[in-house]
Amino acid sequence: MSEFKQTLNSSLGKKLIMALTGLFLCTFLIVHVGGNLLLFKHDDGFSFNVYANFLTHFPPIEVIAYLLYLSILVHALYGLILTVKNRKARPVRYAVAAKSDASWSSKNMGLLGSVLFLFIVIHMGDFWFRYHNDKTMGFKEYRTDLATGETKVSDYTPANAEFSHSVSTENNVEVVRVKDLHARVTTSFSNLIYVIFYVIAMGAVAFHLLHGFQSAFRTLGWVHRKYTPVVYFIGTWLFAVIIPLLFAAMPVYYYYLSTQGAH
Amino acid sequence: MSNGNMNLTLKVWRQKNAQTAGKFVSYKAENISPDMSFLEMLDVVNESLTHKGDEPINFDHDCREGICGMCSLYINGHPHGPKRGITTCQLHMRTFHDGETITIEPWRAEAFPIVKDLAVDRSAFDRIQQAGGYVSVNTGGVPDGNAIPIPKVIADEAFNSATCIGCGACVAACKNASAMLFVSAKITQLGLLPQGQPERYRRVQSMVAQMDEEGFGSCTNTGACEAECPKEIKLTNIARMNNDYFSAKLFREEEVHEQNH
Repeated sequence: MSEFKQTLNSSLGKKLIMALTGLFLCTFLIVHVGGNLLLFKHDDGFSFNVYANFLTHFPPIEVIAYLLYLSILVHALYGLILTVKNRKARPVRYAVAAKSDASWSSKNMGLLGSVLFLFIVIHMGDFWFRYHNDKTMGFKEYRTDLATGETKVSDYTPANAEFSHSVSTENNVEVVRVKDLHARVTTSFSNLIYVIFYVIAMGAVAFHLLHGFQSAFRTLGWVHRKYTPVVYFIGTWLFAVIIPLLFAAMPVYYYYLSTQGAH
Repeated sequence: MSNGNMNLTLKVWRQKNAQTAGKFVSYKAENISPDMSFLEMLDVVNESLTHKGDEPINFDHDCREGICGMCSLYINGHPHGPKRGITTCQLHMRTFHDGETITIEPWRAEAFPIVKDLAVDRSAFDRIQQAGGYVSVNTGGVPDGNAIPIPKVIADEAFNSATCIGCGACVAACKNASAMLFVSAKITQLGLLPQGQPERYRRVQSMVAQMDEEGFGSCTNTGACEAECPKEIKLTNIARMNNDYFSAKLFREEEVHEQNH
């Protein structure tokens, strides 16, 4: 065990932890953006609310979620430890710092990571914490006529405070009652300051992953003439362009809807 | 100037020793031929300082052929100056313009303490090398060139890594003062060839442990080292070192343990 600890405490071991937690967080982003695409469905939040309910009530996902929170903390903590150690290795700076070939994002991972950490804290406070702890969060009742497939939505007030969700069928009508996280999304994204902050944070995600994704593979030692270009391609197009754009589109779209007086 | 020679202003870091504080001092470098190397230009300046009874500027140099890796000068924000793939002794004054101000600093790293002025103590590299950067098998007489068949690509890769002269430009250029390009070049050079195999996994552990002990920073795959290396050592060496290190630590415990006893 001490040998294992010694490995992780070495400069290469610390980087290994950064790479593994970073890649785990990357896989989470794919799942998260996929689920959030349901926000673009015009169904009064039916699909999104059912998805949010599923995430919080399906035990395997809950286990993975706690692994995820741990990964975020470990990734941030080791990032901080490595940054402090790296600064110590160069206590006196140069008088002339010429422009180098190194990319901006590769030199500012700490800054980008700090913006992301602040965003994650605010984001989780706004959605995750409220979803779990806010007793004033409302419920929606979705009644779907199984014959026609038509869904009607109404507010629902639970009979007791312990109620979390229910699914039942009455006279060929499926009744789904779930917490209305969609209302929270609508409210949050009608605030222009929040929307701007969200979009800036997604810019930080883009630049963080533009360097971070391929860098993790290098740290693991997985560099190959054939596969490294594929890693670069995925890191650039999927993680630094498509995913941040999709995430940023959500608040912008909901802000646009709020200015139109509809949702 | 009519004869084509240059007049320059040098801003040079002067520091008596590691214990005292240093500062920049400006000097005039006059009537400098564009065909001089950077070190020859400093020789001219030092000669005039000596004539005036001033202390000459202390800087490291040896072979002046781009081989020894001694000329560790950080010039205008670049190790070994602004041109790619060369050492300071190979840098010519025609790279600069007449009337230009040139700032000359020593390598800046906790693990490379300043000896005097522009000279730094790079014995940390020697200690890393001594920790395992060698092959200890009895090689006997020189074998025939083709006695051990080695694929051309592997031989080339090992040779490219072996061109590292240990000048420390990678440490100087890296924002984290990381020595990983140097260490990984030495590990690759030995680890790719058959003679280096018996100690491959023990070597990587010893050299990385010594590197950590010396107080170098960690690699963040920024690539400044590769861009500034006078011998154009590739960043892929670092990935190979990581691979060998994790392989040694996580999967070859017994093998390495047996070698150590």
